Amino acid sequence: MTASHATPHAGHYYVPQPSLYPVFLSGGMFLLALGFILLMNKFAPGPWVMAGGAAVIVFVLFKWFGAVIAENQRGAYTDWEDKSFRQGMVWFIGSEVMFFAAFFAALFYCRTISVPALAGMDPLFTLYQGYTGGWPTAGPKGASFTPMGAWGIPSINTALLLTSGVTLTWAHWGLMKAKRSQLNLGLILTVLLGVTFLAFQAYEYHHAYTELGLTMGAGVYGATFFMLTGFHGFHVTLGAIMLAVVAGRSLAGHFDAKRHFAFEAVAWYWHFVDVVWLLLFVVIYWL
Amino acid sequence: MTTLNPRSGGPCRPSRFIAGLALSLGAGSALADYTWNFPKPVTPIGRDTLSMHNQFMVIITVLFVVVFAIMVYSMLKHRKSVGAEPARFSGPTGVLQWFWVLVPFAILLFIDFVLMGIPAFHAVIDMEDTRTKADMVLKVTGMQWKWQYEYPDSGVKFISTLATPREQIDGTATKGEHYLLEVDNEVVLPVGKKVRVLLTSTDVIHTWWVPQFGVKRDAIPGFLRETWVRIEEPGVYRGQCAELCGKDHGFMPVVVRAVPEAEYVAWVDKKKTELAAAAAGGDKTWTRDELMAHGKDAYEKNCAACHQPTGQGLPPAFPALAGSKIVNGPLLSPDGKLIPDSHVDRVMNGKTGTAMQAFKNTLSDVDIAAIVTYERNSFGNTKGDMIQPAQIKALR
Amino acid sequence: MNTAAHTLDHHGDHAQPSGILRWLTTTNHKDIGTMYMTFSLLMFFVGGAMILAVRAELFQPGLQLMKPEFFNQLIGVHALVMIFAALMPAATGFANWMIPLMIGAPDMALPRLNNWGFWLLPPAAFLLTLPFILALFGIGDGAVATGWTLYAPLSVQGGIGVDFAIFSIHILGISSIMGSINIIATILNMRAPGMTLMKMPLFCWGWLVTAVLLIITLPVLAGGVTMLLTDRHFGTHFFDAAGGGDPILFQHLFWFFGHPEVYILLLPVWGLMPHVLSTFTRKPIYGHTAQVWSFIAIGVLGLIVWGHHFLTAGMPVPALLYFMYSTMSISLPLAVLFFCWIATMWRGAMSFETPMLFAVGFIVLFGIAGLTGLVLADVAADAQYHHSYFVVAHFHYALFTGGIMGVMTGVYYWLPKWTGHMYNERLGKLHFWLTVISFNLTFMPQFFLGLAGMPRRIPDYALQFAEFNAISTVGAFILGLSQLLFAYNIWRCVKGGEKASDAVWEGTSGLEWQLSSPPPHHSWDIQPVIKA
Ligand code: HEA
Ligand code: HEA
Ligand code: HEC
Ligand code: CUA
Ligand SMILES: [Cu+2]
Repeated sequence: MTASHATPHAGHYYVPQPSLYPVFLSGGMFLLALGFILLMNKFAPGPWVMAGGAAVIVFVLFKWFGAVIAENQRGAYTDWEDKSFRQGMVWFIGSEVMFFAAFFAALFYCRTISVPALAGMDPLFTLYQGYTGGWPTAGPKGASFTPMGAWGIPSINTALLLTSGVTLTWAHWGLMKAKRSQLNLGLILTVLLGVTFLAFQAYEYHHAYTELGLTMGAGVYGATFFMLTGFHGFHVTLGAIMLAVVAGRSLAGHFDAKRHFAFEAVAWYWHFVDVVWLLLFVVIYWL
Repeated sequence: MTTLNPRSGGPCRPSRFIAGLALSLGAGSALADYTWNFPKPVTPIGRDTLSMHNQFMVIITVLFVVVFAIMVYSMLKHRKSVGAEPARFSGPTGVLQWFWVLVPFAILLFIDFVLMGIPAFHAVIDMEDTRTKADMVLKVTGMQWKWQYEYPDSGVKFISTLATPREQIDGTATKGEHYLLEVDNEVVLPVGKKVRVLLTSTDVIHTWWVPQFGVKRDAIPGFLRETWVRIEEPGVYRGQCAELCGKDHGFMPVVVRAVPEAEYVAWVDKKKTELAAAAAGGDKTWTRDELMAHGKDAYEKNCAACHQPTGQGLPPAFPALAGSKIVNGPLLSPDGKLIPDSHVDRVMNGKTGTAMQAFKNTLSDVDIAAIVTYERNSFGNTKGDMIQPAQIKALR
Repeated sequence: MNTAAHTLDHHGDHAQPSGILRWLTTTNHKDIGTMYMTFSLLMFFVGGAMILAVRAELFQPGLQLMKPEFFNQLIGVHALVMIFAALMPAATGFANWMIPLMIGAPDMALPRLNNWGFWLLPPAAFLLTLPFILALFGIGDGAVATGWTLYAPLSVQGGIGVDFAIFSIHILGISSIMGSINIIATILNMRAPGMTLMKMPLFCWGWLVTAVLLIITLPVLAGGVTMLLTDRHFGTHFFDAAGGGDPILFQHLFWFFGHPEVYILLLPVWGLMPHVLSTFTRKPIYGHTAQVWSFIAIGVLGLIVWGHHFLTAGMPVPALLYFMYSTMSISLPLAVLFFCWIATMWRGAMSFETPMLFAVGFIVLFGIAGLTGLVLADVAADAQYHHSYFVVAHFHYALFTGGIMGVMTGVYYWLPKWTGHMYNERLGKLHFWLTVISFNLTFMPQFFLGLAGMPRRIPDYALQFAEFNAISTVGAFILGLSQLLFAYNIWRCVKGGEKASDAVWEGTSGLEWQLSSPPPHHSWDIQPVIKA
């Protein structure tokens, strides 16, 4: 290997100023975690520590993203940096995929391995006389509950999310064709659809807890149901917030057809959340 | 520091360490001395495992020696200080070289999937065959930190706990020969019979392990697992719980006494009469002193590991019973029913998600009544009341 | 040439803060690398001190120094600290320092994220050890006491320490994922023109595979411990048969991470070895391409063999056989690596400076780890080995001689580049010999303890295990003391000493050796071009 010194990229790679945001973000996360631990173990300061941590995190994120946006508007980033951001986002979504995979795996495992094993023990020595398994189940000793049907709210929610995917793509077309009003409208519609989705889900949870007896404690069905839909709902919330930020920026005239990493990153994220929902709809509600 | 090694029957000195290193990973000839290898196996599975292990150790020792002999040769020959000139090759070139590169991998494939793979396959199939031609069943339940053994055929059921005195562990008394590997009630099994062993647990995962049987299987709460043994020689075989199960994980030994069939039958009969006598005790009315005396024994056996002999517990994990609100609360409701979260409820039904287990599954009416009575009137608790085994029976 | 690079400084960081602020705020890959390395060294001593207490307790039968509860906390936290706070950060430190230098990049792709990745570590390590401190004030019952594997339901039952461990793992996980994203983006996006992936140095390849493995497996662990958390506090039944769950589910989730983790720990080291060997044999690396494919194969196989950690849990026979054979097949790509290492040495002109000594020690001792791993995979024999000291010995041969000695190889190899000074060669050699001898004194007896039937994770043991345990404890203390030499040598080297040349060693090749020692603050501000 020999090295010479021609310049391969048009400019230099942008290495940002030294920054205090990362340290503060870590500190905020530390407080959030500590507070949550204290809260769960019933120590009075818990919620306060948590709130402090959350405040630090929100503040830092606000400043940090603000700084990135400012750098971007200043033209600090070229295609080269842009590519790093894109790769970063893609791999981040990859890690999110694996996070959901853990919960899907738990569902799959319980449904096809542990519940049948509990129901299928040697009848002479079984620990659970009369337990027949099946799905949904709260397990051999769980309380009874009514499972959530697929064709009510969940199917409406499916339609909502699918539509939101369409409106987002429509907004993207607007951006590519420099139709700013189409871009703005598409983004706002997407956020609204997301929020409606969340409202329906909140209603559905309420219904589950108060009328169906379907709670986190309702055996593995309840556990997987709430953890999967709950984490999904959390991601929808994050996505909606990020979309709202993007919508705000687009109203402020940011982005052009060539450079709009933030828009695309959020769009990828949103589509990922969409796909997770489709899987959820099939394996949790439907099958 | 020479102690008797009960397994090899001979003293084991550090001086042998060097010799052992030399024989180290497995020369088959060192097997006479079990300090350097598995203890003498007494089941077909155990023998199978040992011979497989020996064979594998020879294989990997040979691999190790061959591979590193080449390396050491190169290190001696191809050093700068002896004037070696570096070659420039960076990969195989030509068919012949490729051939020589691929040979080791062919050999390794053969070792992995034939030399090691085939015996391993048969051993697994054999090991997992728990049901064909089983002569009897032994049900083993792990619980923090003792084993319960049950013979479904005869209804015999008892608990087996560590018998080594506290003083030996603390170092205030000399340690006995079977330090930490001795129990109050040994499991007795007949020689030559295929015993299907069922395992489960009441709290966390434990693992039932007797090295000389070549058997190790997890006891998983809420599930049944199985394995099997056919012991070929009479004797006492010792092992330990092998899965970290909390603070006294190191103190829950397994001791199996293998005896000839006839002796086994006699033992079962004896156990049956003992159990019948104990059950009969449940129907009579006990005096307070009787309950207190029996309660102290049963408490120290079953509860003291956590709540300590003094009743002070080990807070915060294990609450003190001395002065406990629950222990000093009401005994039963006025109409003789169980009060939720009361003393009796806690002892009988435990508390899920904690180490406090439901003792109604493992203790007799007499034990529970005696323990409850004892706890309410010891460690400074002075409730003055008592409960009869018959009352416990009614609450089940 | 570097002065040329400097005249064209387009970086934003003209105003370098000094003192502590420099380290808190830095976006420079070398500073961040240095912080990782320092943190790692510190935590190595913390984790080592913990286990020395354990070894002291195990010196004799009987309970002398501590209660079993405390013993259980020490072993688990020892493992978590060593793996997550000592070994992984060391590898990440190498990556930060060396990847940009090796591929000709101006810095890491996402510098601020890089700093965040590091600064997540101290809070996480603090969370892990905080319960020890809280317990002194009567809060909770100390740190996590379940071993590093956190098996449910023992961990469901455990005290507040488990919650601390869970969140510590979450934060460590975020840190590693951020680090991995950064490394992948750097490798894919910042290579010097002309450096195709197949020409990329093997160290970077090792890390690329590692980073992908981290992104695949860490979120699964995070999910698993999240389920543990909800089982503990929010009434779910993932690991409780009464609700249809299964404790074994936790083991699947843990080991889906846990097995690839062992390759995560070693792939960077495997990537480093060929460089060291090639340098001190003064001969090109043998089988570059073959090693790249082996890394990839190890990564892929590593993801599908996790079941070999609970072969005694009662899996169905087909699953047992599957995990056995798939595990055995990992010996093939590893044999390729061994073959290439030895072939690199073959007909070279070797000299044995400290890094080379460590490399050779690594190869031999890691060979023992790998070969014993091979027999562990055999289901029937594993019934005997499982959860015995045989396994403890196996994995210390892998983690200490594979991991830690691998890291030491790298430290001695690159320290002159980083500091611009040579370390003390005599001290280095002394450190090597003391380490190798006392390591074997510590862990070789543990193989025999395991065979004779001593279970792991017990604070007290039967009398027939006394001699070997005594030897092992003596070894461990010598091993621990020897590491003070290491720390001292590094300290001296950072402070000063004989100047190192740019290439440092005689047989080096690669971009990193073309920069000055120490490299300028902005290394490849103008990227080099690699000619075919
Ligand atoms: C860095 C760490 C590391 C590494 C690299 C490995 C490598 C391997 N490990 Fe190990 N292992 C651990 C760390 C590691 N392990 C840990 C921490 C545990 C315990 C966890 C716990 O329970 O707490 C463990 C436990 C463990 C078990 C479970 C034991 C039990 O609990 O019952 C098993 C079982 O299969 C196993 C197998 C293997 C195998 C097959 C490899 C293979 O990758 C090894 C492959 C290498 C070789 C096979 C050698 C190379 C070949 C030769 C020298 C060449 C021959 C050459 C020619 C023919 C040319 N390991
Ligand atoms: C990278 C990982 C790593 C490393 C480097 C080590 C390093 C060491 N380990 Fe560790 N160990 C694990 C990973 C590691 N271990 C894991 C995963 C487990 C399983 C845990 C579980 O069961 O859950 C384990 C468990 C484990 C056990 C089994 C405990 C049990 O099952 O009961 C033992 C016992 O001997 C042990 C010993 C040692 C020793 C002596 C070292 C030595 O190499 C340490 C040497 C370093 C030092 C000692 C530095 C300290 C020096 C000073 C503080 C200076 C002062 C020194 C003196 C005064 C002497 N380890
Ligand atoms: C394996 C450990 C263990 C054993 C053995 C054990 N206990 Fe407990 N016990 C606990 C724990 C842990 C709790 C606390 C449960 C909780 O969180 O409420 C507890 C709580 C109790 C309480 C309630 C005390 C209070 O004030 O909250 C009583 C009464 C009790 N145990 C009695 C017994 C008796 C009687 C026995 C023996 C037959 C026994 N325990 C054996 C672990 C144990
Ligand atoms: Cu029971 Cu360990
Ligand atoms: Cu593994």
